[in-house]
Amino acid sequence: MKKNEINNFRIGDEIPNFHIKPISRSMLTLYASASGDYNPIHIDSDYAKKSGLPDVIAHGMLIMSFLGQTITNIFPQGSIKKFESKFIAMTNINDCLTCKGKIINIELKDSLKRFSLKLLVIDSSGKKKLSGSAIVELKLNEKK
Amino acid sequence: MLDRSLIGKTYPECFFLVNKKRLIAFAKATQQSDPIYFDEDIAKKDGHPSILAPLTFLTTTRYEQEKPYQYLDDLGISLGRILHAKQEYTNYESIYAGDELRMDSKIGDIYDKKDGMLEFVSFISNYKNQKNVLVAESVSTLVLRNNEKK
Repeated sequence: MKKNEINNFRIGDEIPNFHIKPISRSMLTLYASASGDYNPIHIDSDYAKKSGLPDVIAHGMLIMSFLGQTITNIFPQGSIKKFESKFIAMTNINDCLTCKGKIINIELKDSLKRFSLKLLVIDSSGKKKLSGSAIVELKLNEKK
Repeated sequence: MLDRSLIGKTYPECFFLVNKKRLIAFAKATQQSDPIYFDEDIAKKDGHPSILAPLTFLTTTRYEQEKPYQYLDDLGISLGRILHAKQEYTNYESIYAGDELRMDSKIGDIYDKKDGMLEFVSFISNYKNQKNVLVAESVSTLVLRNNEKK
């Protein structure tokens, strides 16, 4: 299923956007518990306010995990050799984020097809939250 | 300014068991839709030995340590003054439920931008599995804002 889609990719193509549900307190609490990151800035609004923020903010790594799914929705995870992200702006409660990816290079190297991806997470007003990149290497003639 | 002599300082090796329950909870919290991240039978049918750890799962290993931010203490930085600036993963092998990982860490670099207003610390961790195979490298870069001091 993924195979045909991947083979048709050309430099400059965008991979399908990944829309994240509005950020909620319960998402952050659930992520704190599953990741072990209990920094109160993500789960305690009193603490966040004392720290000078309007409210709790999302874990950057939670947003990065959504960005990761933008890639794994298309490419098999085992082919993702490098994945990096810069955290540009804080994500607030109720933010509606969209993850985007674009293929900026494709090269054939030995028996590998290597894709370079540029990644971005924006909110509904177009403000950048995360920017990132990934390197994906697929074996040529691979069945899956 | 942070003490640059701490660049290269290493930290004791840590061990982690990639526990199935933990992976399922992480998959749920990150809203994974592909069942290879939470259903062992489907993962096996898809050719995996067990449930696959998602791309950012290694972030959880930090919080299993007794003192996750020992290196910040060593640098004299309080947790409230830093933000996560950048995260990089280089993947060599997939990580599955049941894997036993060993993590080696060190302070990779300390540098500043904007005339010292922003200082960056990168922390490098290497992960090997029970077969002694390098599975991944993580570089986590934190930023420290010094503007309050000036």
